[in-house]
Amino acid sequence: MNEILRNSLFFGVALSIGTFIIGTLIKRKWNFFLFNPLLVSITLTIATLLLLGIEYNSYNDSAKYLTYLLTPATVALAIPLYEQLLLLKRNLTAILVGIASGVICSGVSIFAMALFFGLNHTQYVTLLPKSITTAIGIGLSAELDGYVAITVSAIIFTGLIGNIAGDLLCRILHIKHPIAKGIAIGTATHVMGTSKAMEVGEIEGAMSSLSVAVAGIMTVGASIIFQWWI
Amino acid sequence: MKYILQFGIILLISFVGELLNRVIPLPIPASIYGMLILFTALCTGVLKLSHVRETGKFLIIIMPLMFIAPAVGLIESWEIMQEFIVAIIVISIVSTIAVIGAAGHITQLIIKFKGKEEKR
Repeated sequence: MNEILRNSLFFGVALSIGTFIIGTLIKRKWNFFLFNPLLVSITLTIATLLLLGIEYNSYNDSAKYLTYLLTPATVALAIPLYEQLLLLKRNLTAILVGIASGVICSGVSIFAMALFFGLNHTQYVTLLPKSITTAIGIGLSAELDGYVAITVSAIIFTGLIGNIAGDLLCRILHIKHPIAKGIAIGTATHVMGTSKAMEVGEIEGAMSSLSVAVAGIMTVGASIIFQWWI
Repeated sequence: MKYILQFGIILLISFVGELLNRVIPLPIPASIYGMLILFTALCTGVLKLSHVRETGKFLIIIMPLMFIAPAVGLIESWEIMQEFIVAIIVISIVSTIAVIGAAGHITQLIIKFKGKEEKR
């Protein structure tokens, strides 16, 4: 039986999607903040692999076909970006300066804390893309020679914070304007925070998805400068 | 035909992005080049929304599924991660709060400032 699962082309994909659907159903039934579909799916998939004694590589030989779509999906982020062109143009300065200060704040705070914890260069560049969307973060971490898997976990952990507490943090920090809320949540916690921002309001959601794309591009630019500088 | 064309266009742009990533010596992933190409094509009218919309939205909706396998890959890199797991958690939490504060407040300040200016 395990031999069949190990060599299966569809087991990994089916396991990933199946556990995600279970996560969605659990979230629908009990709206507890830790029942995030992605978190549930990751946990159940790891548990299944460990229980059946299946190596990650055998699983990934099938599941990698889902990951393959990350590049086209990121290309598609240009669509919501284009659809919000009017709202973007009208508040261009506020949006761009806001996102830029978030990106700078992210780089500076990570750099300062990397020094504090005595991290080496590889560990530091691994955490640098943690606020941007996974598709861009994976590419950036690979380009900067970071540990891609750890970058993904830091990105997902950051996204979970946004999804769980993005709105709450905005309220605590007295960020009230809908555009500012969306920019803050999207710049800090990418797509996973954006799904929460969509629940908060239409403008919040639109601005959050916008900043996912813009912060991603800005972070790529800023990371190049950071890399040259250090 | 519509979906085949849309999927084809998005994959073709991804391929051009990949080529640019290979040719240009900058650490910019293929996906970013592709996003810029599609955005420019839409703004200049080379492509219409109807050329990419449904398939693009579908890809964005199923995006979380694409994060599962890389995240499960954590079990492979657990040993490297253990070295600085506390740093990862603390840095993630603190910098997330800092970024929300900085991006949110500066956006809010500029909007308020511009609003006052327009009223004058």
